[in-house]
Amino acid sequence: MKRALGIIGIFLAILVFSIFFAENFTTGINLMQLTNRTALYSVLALGAALVIVTGGIDLSIGSVVCLAGIMTPWLLIEHEWTPWQVIPTVLAMSAFIGLCHGLLITRLKLQPFLVTLCGLLLYRGIARWMTGDQSQGFMGEYGDVRAIALAKFSIPGLTDYRLPATVIPALVLAILIGLFLSRTVWGRWLLATGRNESAARYSGVPTAWLVTGSYVACSLLAGFGGMLFIFDIGSAQPSDFGNFYELYAIAAAVLGGCSLRGGEASVVGVLFGVATLRVLQNTITLAGYSSQIEFAVVGGVLLLGVAADELIRRYAARRLERAGAVA
Amino acid sequence: MTSERPVLLRVRGVGRRYAGVTALAAIDVDVRGGEVLAIVGENGAGKSTLLKILSGVVQPSEGTLEVADARGALGGVELDGVRDATRAGIALVHQELNLAENLDVAGSIYLGREPSRFGFLDRARMRADARKWLARVGLEIDPGTLCGTLPIAQRQLVEIAKALSTESRVLILDEPTSSLTMRETDRLLEIMDELRRAGVAVVFVSHHLDEVMKIADRVIVLRDGRKTGELVRGEYDRAMIERLMVGRDIAASARREVAANAAVRLEIASLTSAHRRRRPVSFAVRAGEIVGLAGLVGAGRTEILEAIAGVTTHGGEVRLDGSALAGDASSRVRRGVAIVPEDRARNGLFLENPVAMNMSLAWIDRTSRARLVDQRAEPSLVSRMIARMQLRPPQPARRVQTLSGGNQQKTVIGRWLAVDPKVLLLDEPTRGVDVGARAEIHAEVRRLAEAGSAVVFASSELEEVLLLADRIIVMHDGAIAGELAAHEATEVAIMHLATGGAAHAHQTGTHA
Repeated sequence: MKRALGIIGIFLAILVFSIFFAENFTTGINLMQLTNRTALYSVLALGAALVIVTGGIDLSIGSVVCLAGIMTPWLLIEHEWTPWQVIPTVLAMSAFIGLCHGLLITRLKLQPFLVTLCGLLLYRGIARWMTGDQSQGFMGEYGDVRAIALAKFSIPGLTDYRLPATVIPALVLAILIGLFLSRTVWGRWLLATGRNESAARYSGVPTAWLVTGSYVACSLLAGFGGMLFIFDIGSAQPSDFGNFYELYAIAAAVLGGCSLRGGEASVVGVLFGVATLRVLQNTITLAGYSSQIEFAVVGGVLLLGVAADELIRRYAARRLERAGAVA
Repeated sequence: MTSERPVLLRVRGVGRRYAGVTALAAIDVDVRGGEVLAIVGENGAGKSTLLKILSGVVQPSEGTLEVADARGALGGVELDGVRDATRAGIALVHQELNLAENLDVAGSIYLGREPSRFGFLDRARMRADARKWLARVGLEIDPGTLCGTLPIAQRQLVEIAKALSTESRVLILDEPTSSLTMRETDRLLEIMDELRRAGVAVVFVSHHLDEVMKIADRVIVLRDGRKTGELVRGEYDRAMIERLMVGRDIAASARREVAANAAVRLEIASLTSAHRRRRPVSFAVRAGEIVGLAGLVGAGRTEILEAIAGVTTHGGEVRLDGSALAGDASSRVRRGVAIVPEDRARNGLFLENPVAMNMSLAWIDRTSRARLVDQRAEPSLVSRMIARMQLRPPQPARRVQTLSGGNQQKTVIGRWLAVDPKVLLLDEPTRGVDVGARAEIHAEVRRLAEAGSAVVFASSELEEVLLLADRIIVMHDGAIAGELAAHEATEVAIMHLATGGAAHAHQTGTHA
């Protein structure tokens, strides 16, 4: 929780700025869209956080989003599968992708960066080839299934704001992962593995399985997120759907206090990290800045956040040393 | 005699406080050229702080330092950083060696001050000069050798050569022998003696009183940040130093007798390490027995312990209570095999995490219900283990990083106490641990054995092997060279076997 305070501060500052300077920011429709987007990206960022906790990285998130997202309408419309066949298949495929990453990393001892970089190229390539690079969509059908992402719930007392349904899976996942990390034996072991893999192994922690599991969870969440995204937007191009989403997810996790060195995570921080990036993006658009500058702003904020974190950490370490070092 | 040697560095009334806590107070020391000065004390006694002050790493809160100039006249100085100390002719060789593994020896010695010609690295001159300094420390290696490929002992000598190459007159060594074998230690002591004769002032910290007694002209004993004694060669004995260090007499251990009819707990049959080609090793350990693995560094002791624990793969068979142990470390831990690794910072501890997390990691799954951490059982069990290991300070929330070496080791051992290990494997159980903590760790290991654990430990310190083991297995070059019962073992007998001497042969000559 302490690790999340910094990002909550940054979030509030940007929020206040947006409320005052971005036109139409506080309209119901904009806030609804913002909540929806934050929830969707949170699903991906939570998965990224699980991998980052182990000291690893997953660069394939965006491509898994694309493959899972594109496959959903492709199987439903082109191949006329039922939703009861499609959803389990796509999720199982996503988990399998994660399993491959995990085994390559823990058994073959390949570097996570390389394995998932290959994944990034591989899965997008497959998605484009499979669909003939054609846009895939629901053709106005399957409204009942898409309601998973599209439904909005009225909140008593609010007239022009309704809560997007995507908030539910995002929050449930956040709570589950939060409890997993802080309360379960596996969570403790996962954090320990990220902190010092070798010491964890010597203590009897099944590190290889935990690391593999975290890659499975990350890809599974990316696949699930990809489905939610496609349900939300209705149709997408295999060539650009999910582009850079892994970087948004990683950036949000790092902003939220997950150290890329591993062993540290805050679920609350990750959620606020996602929200910060979404509000920034929204404000850039609303305030009339060219949307091309968005990457530059996100990059700048990330750099500032990480630099501030490092400085605070050093300051704390120095204070600890002054207070504690005897001998 | 002593007074004729020139004082190169004079310390008067030096003290250091950290956030109000006194780490060092009122220290007076004269460091003289041509003399070896040993600083001894328990961990936490202030040795490191004193060395850091002498070498400019930290600045004293009070007191003065004076350094002799070229004519020998002393003048007050402030050493603000290592650079100042180097300029004043003082060099520190760290306990953890600081050589970049990917640089060659010459490059390491001249790192940051490489000789150049027209802006290009003058490699030929660098190597020639390096060779000169290497010769000073008796090291006949090619200056083009990569540091990473050198054994620890040679790296250490390279570090000393590096220190000498800065024209240092005061050479400070922080626990220089802690990772050396007996023979390498003797070589280092010879080199220290040569440097002394060349007029260099050698200051060193050591936990090994044997070495101190062998080489030091003067010994300064620290306790709780104060100087409790300054002893001149020939005027002291070992017991005197020990008393000054701990303020109490260290009781010699009582030997235990293992019941001859105790069941065999651990059995190792034709064990081979997967990493290096080794001859197969077989031995058995009874419940309640403490077996010491003696041998020189590289004799294969660590490989055996790690293979039994399952952290490395191996050939052959390991049996626990008659049934085969298979699988990786995590499945063996579940069956009651515990390992305390040699390199605790790398393989034992989570330095940035609190003591509680470090201790509970190995057993939270056993106290958990439905894989949920038991929020009440964990802290109470941790507190019990902290009390049993006599951890100081007894704070579960304290980060392990801030603990002394002895207390860090107690944290690793404490981790396994709660699970009543059937087999306890310890690799160098008291390396870098002070005298008081060492006795406590030994007592705890004995208690575990009395409770029925089979204990196997490896130690490079013959004293420790003789003190702790009921039975001693001596290794040489990857195989068992011989076995000695505790009552018949002597340092000479162990060294004879460890250096390749034939078993049961009473000859004095050793062969490498």
